[in-house]
Amino acid sequence: MKIPSLKIYAIAYLIFLYAPIFLLPLFAFNDGTIIAFPLKGFTTDWFAKMAENDTLRHALSNSLIIALTSSAGATILAIFAARASTRYRFKGKGGIMGLILLPMVLPDILMGMSLLLVMLEVLKVNLSIATVILGHVIISLPYAIAVLQTAFATLDQSLEEAAVDLGETRMSTFRLIVLPLVMPGIISAFLISFTISLDEFIVAFFLAGNQPTLPTYIFSQLRFPSAIPVIMALGTCLVAASILLLSVAEFFRRRGVKRTGAKDTGGFL
Amino acid sequence: MAGKGESWLRSESAQGYALISPPFLYAVLLLAAPLVTILAYSFFQDGYLTVVHEFTLQNYIATWTDPIFRVILVRSLFVAGLVTLITVALAFPIAYYLSFGLAPNQKARWIFLITIPFWTSYLIRVFLWKVILGYNGVINSALESIGIIGPNGLIADPLQMLNSVGAIALTLAHAYAPFAILPIFVSLEKIDRSLLEAGQDLGESRWRTFLRVTLPLAMPGVVAATLIVFIPTVGDYVTPELIGGGKMPMVANLIQAQMLPLDNRPMGSAIAVSSLLVVAALSLVFLWLNRRFLKVGK
Amino acid sequence: MTDKPMIAFQDVHKYYGDYHALRGITAEIRAGEFFSLLGPSGCGKTTLLRTIAGFEEISSGAVLIDGKTMVGVPPNKRPTNMVFQSYAIFPHLSVAENVGFGLRRDPRSKSEKAKLVEESLEMVGLSGYGARAAHALSGGQRQRVALARALILKPKVLLLDEPLSALDRKIREQMQVELIKLQREVGITFVLVTHDQEEALVMSDRIAVMFEGEIAQLADPEVLYGRPNSRRVADFIGVMNFLPASVTDGPGDAVTAEVAGLGRLEVAPGQISSAPAGDGAAVGFRPETLTLLYEGQQASDREAPGTIDEVVYYGDMTYYDVRLDGTEKPVRISMRNVFGRPVLEVGTRTRVAWSPGALVLFR
Repeated sequence: MKIPSLKIYAIAYLIFLYAPIFLLPLFAFNDGTIIAFPLKGFTTDWFAKMAENDTLRHALSNSLIIALTSSAGATILAIFAARASTRYRFKGKGGIMGLILLPMVLPDILMGMSLLLVMLEVLKVNLSIATVILGHVIISLPYAIAVLQTAFATLDQSLEEAAVDLGETRMSTFRLIVLPLVMPGIISAFLISFTISLDEFIVAFFLAGNQPTLPTYIFSQLRFPSAIPVIMALGTCLVAASILLLSVAEFFRRRGVKRTGAKDTGGFL
Repeated sequence: MAGKGESWLRSESAQGYALISPPFLYAVLLLAAPLVTILAYSFFQDGYLTVVHEFTLQNYIATWTDPIFRVILVRSLFVAGLVTLITVALAFPIAYYLSFGLAPNQKARWIFLITIPFWTSYLIRVFLWKVILGYNGVINSALESIGIIGPNGLIADPLQMLNSVGAIALTLAHAYAPFAILPIFVSLEKIDRSLLEAGQDLGESRWRTFLRVTLPLAMPGVVAATLIVFIPTVGDYVTPELIGGGKMPMVANLIQAQMLPLDNRPMGSAIAVSSLLVVAALSLVFLWLNRRFLKVGK
Repeated sequence: MTDKPMIAFQDVHKYYGDYHALRGITAEIRAGEFFSLLGPSGCGKTTLLRTIAGFEEISSGAVLIDGKTMVGVPPNKRPTNMVFQSYAIFPHLSVAENVGFGLRRDPRSKSEKAKLVEESLEMVGLSGYGARAAHALSGGQRQRVALARALILKPKVLLLDEPLSALDRKIREQMQVELIKLQREVGITFVLVTHDQEEALVMSDRIAVMFEGEIAQLADPEVLYGRPNSRRVADFIGVMNFLPASVTDGPGDAVTAEVAGLGRLEVAPGQISSAPAGDGAAVGFRPETLTLLYEGQQASDREAPGTIDEVVYYGDMTYYDVRLDGTEKPVRISMRNVFGRPVLEVGTRTRVAWSPGALVLFR
């Protein structure tokens, strides 16, 4: 395997990965009602139309509420799970963590349909954004745990022992030593959960009832060719928001790595 | 040194259980219990507007005797298999380049670049392929505008690319690409670099070293990548719906139709459980074959 | 240094599940002494240290510090402080914040605390480093910060868990000397864990050699080196040559040994140690207690003929492996190199001078 030819391949691969995304701004600012070449000219009309749309605004506020609450929930639960799995030994840990991390490999539709069944048939509750929040916590929890496990695992246990040795209690050690050192990981986990929830379609599709979220709204509009340019504008905003959130998350992850003095091996997983 | 693990804290395992219980309880209530509910419902009977809570195998019999289900299941498995093959084959060189071709300080940046599409709106990325491949879409209109398609061009009519298994596979392969890279990258990173030098030192060429040392050591990552791509793609809903235009349904579309519009939840559950069992069985066979193959390989 | 015990272990046992990590440790560490726990990895020395700090609870027995039992006393309430193997410098705090960490609950004023921190840093040779970020320090500097941080609380006992193992050889040797000086200066009891026998010999007032959860010998360095009480201890500390011996008792206390290559000799009671069961009796002696005789030199006591088997040149020293006539395994002899005296070659016939008083009989 020659490395230079591999590099060319890698760059081509990245272009393949990103090419579709680059179409978003291209057509979001294109002054034409159909998504086709040649481009017609520059316009910001689609963004203006997007801003005027009431349903869309409703969907946005729903999505933000869902994303904020579910990522807060997932992050808090992930702190417990990551701390327990990296610091303590107990029987059945593998099985317990396996169950919590299961949604990483299960198709999302299984979570969507099974929760739907429980909500409607067993608990007899009405679908709302609350049911979506419950589902999104389950979906983003494994990713939040993955991020936090790295943060907790790079934490040298003797740091905590040193703090206790110097007179601190278990609680104050957690506050003074553990929390500041894993804080970048916590922020990073929160932002990643937020991004997952903001973009999640299937579970919201099953569990939101008649409440729109951004992805379910987009899905409902895809049938109408006239709505496509607005969707391109919306997609541009969503992807830009995701990239921004992830960049901030990455910034905090790296800062966390630097702070604990560990070597940066890169990556969220 | 012996004894680092045990702490001054009273009963380590009690602390561990106390900490793990909130996320564990959450997962039991909102993941395990619902999955068990699906299993239970798959044995119930669908009455008009209500579900009859009586044990029956009727749903399973109906599922497995229905030729449509079998066609859809086979299609789902075929598409997922194809997608897995493409993504893993395309991902391996990338993972190799990330691990062996980059200075350590560049790795984080590249992985970040590769993971960004992994986290950004799946729905929009799938939809973009519809826009790209459509009859009046990006590719066709671009080819038309430069004269390749048209009355005087090489091709008379725009290309019909959507609504095909190939288009579904291409879209899914694009969507799941980063999933395959990361596990392979992780397993390549774990390889002790001196092993490779030892391989060459012992007279193997670079290529032979790759085959005899690198590839076998990377297999766990390849296996993980295969499962991580295969299992979710079998159950994908969005791509067949958008790219297949509803004409190429896969298992998830069938389940969704039973769960929501048709409101036959026991049937939807039985289809889900059946499909899950088939996927689980295939995964186990794959793992078993792999272990056997690797053992023989030694 | 007084003979009053600062730490007392009374039949201390520690189990991890089925694993018996500490097997009935009974020992005393005197107030103000520099005490080392020495042994190979897995012998329980770190576990024993951590029972003093309170990070390990003992399964049975008692640990007393300054006469008070420590059962149920958590680490933050014990009069001990620890220097960790990894130093455990808090990476998000400055050097001064690290050193002053333990003063958080101290009622003294901020300026008094700052003065204490500065004094502590000065004591370890880091004055002026207070504002630096801790993660930017070198290994040796981290070590000093860890020391300052532990000593600022004026503990009764300072525990050091392999504190020098991560340092380069030069800095390690320098730190050994500094630690000895520091210990004399502050007068605090130091308990050091190490697997490096040289380090233990250099630094300690007394050493406990541990194997498999038990103390094999507790003595000062000279006794440990010159009169190891078992072959195992002798093997672990420095190099010891062994020659098989057959032993006859009597008359009275006297013991006579017939040693291959050396001949018949009498051994005083103080020179007799135990050998592991199954092994035959043997006499042991250190490489420097033997001398190669050059032509014309006379042995002051006794001498034995042999052939040089191997020569290892070390600059200041030369090690010769000499096969004494009538033996199978060569013995190692260390000779200080003297200007103008040639290093002998392999195969040379030679005579070895030795003295019965310098050997130990293991039986």
